[in-house]
Amino acid sequence: MAEIIGSVCTSHVPAIGGALARNQQQTPYWKPFFDGYVKVREWLAKDPPDVVVIIHNDHGLNFFLDKMPTFAVGAAEVYHNADEGWGIPTLAPARGCVDLSWQIVEKAVEDEFDITTCQEALIDHAVELPLALLWPEGRRAGKWPVEIVPICVNTVLAPYPSPRRCYHFGQSLRRAIDAWDDERRVLVIGSGGLSHQLDGERAGHMNKGFDQRFMKSLVDDPKWIMQYSNDELVKQVGTQGIELLSWVVARGVMDATPVREYHSNYHVPISNTATGLQVLEPA
Amino acid sequence: MTPLATPGRHSIPGTTIFDGALARRGYALNRMCFSFNSSENRSAFKEDEEAYMARYGLTEAQKKAIRSRNVLQMIAAGGHIYYLAKLAGILGLDVQDLGAQQTGTSKEAFERKLIAAGA
Repeated sequence: MAEIIGSVCTSHVPAIGGALARNQQQTPYWKPFFDGYVKVREWLAKDPPDVVVIIHNDHGLNFFLDKMPTFAVGAAEVYHNADEGWGIPTLAPARGCVDLSWQIVEKAVEDEFDITTCQEALIDHAVELPLALLWPEGRRAGKWPVEIVPICVNTVLAPYPSPRRCYHFGQSLRRAIDAWDDERRVLVIGSGGLSHQLDGERAGHMNKGFDQRFMKSLVDDPKWIMQYSNDELVKQVGTQGIELLSWVVARGVMDATPVREYHSNYHVPISNTATGLQVLEPA
Repeated sequence: MTPLATPGRHSIPGTTIFDGALARRGYALNRMCFSFNSSENRSAFKEDEEAYMARYGLTEAQKKAIRSRNVLQMIAAGGHIYYLAKLAGILGLDVQDLGAQQTGTSKEAFERKLIAAGA
């Protein structure tokens, strides 16, 4: 049986890619952000995962509005990054864990989640930057030390899946991973958020109080978020803050057993975003 | 013209939730911006904006918003910020420039506001 070592939820602000390329991790602006990842890398080094299931949203690289799946499961041998149109460096391709992809596809549909299966997919900064933050040597070498299963949640075109639905989807992913007849170790990553809004007269909106309440709830009251509709969440955390749904899916994956918070960091601002980082492990 | 927002959607000041109504209104604009993932297409736009906008069938409101570089008008014309960001890249604008323009302030003042949100 596969083993889930824990979850890492993190922001994926595009500017991180520029800062990495310019080696600015220790500048005053970036240090409080990047230093948050040191403990995560120590944690990963103790018990390295083989496979990463990464929950993310797309920003108009792989999906356009012509076809916008609510939940899409990658099932490709390899996932390439590509030009996103506004100048962040392209990062290394990631090898797919195809066995786990199809395990998830089978189980999710059995659990009545009508997912979209993608045998080809591009990955954008929402997948690449968490990998680069967790494995900086992989970024420099152009080769990640893990295989991935990318799972995309629609946070682009409303209506988005509800927090309740996202949590339950995460629980279904967990059942798939637990039932996977394989010895590999699996890390879950939730990529997105926290509060930010790029568009409108309210551009620049962030909500530290809500973000921190949300992060705390993930430790001891993970269904707290279900009281909110997505419109109410946008009001709290901004139009792009809704990306926190990836954290909710990841928390659903961790629901099967008690968890403890190994590490967290919260720093405002990076670019227009309030950034969060949280590592949960089985208690 | 399609309504500005789907009936029943939560009203949030200064905020547009991109839903079916806006997706219908903005399709041509967003489709053009999606094409800017290609550097060849970015160059073609820069060479002849009017021809490029015509090729993608933009509405007059969408063309007017782009000619005036007005982000709030682009959003009102159905633009989604993730796609508009690719156009902003061509225009040499980062997300702080976009924020400053939309909130009617200077970039420096907008950046100060971002930092204040962490206090």
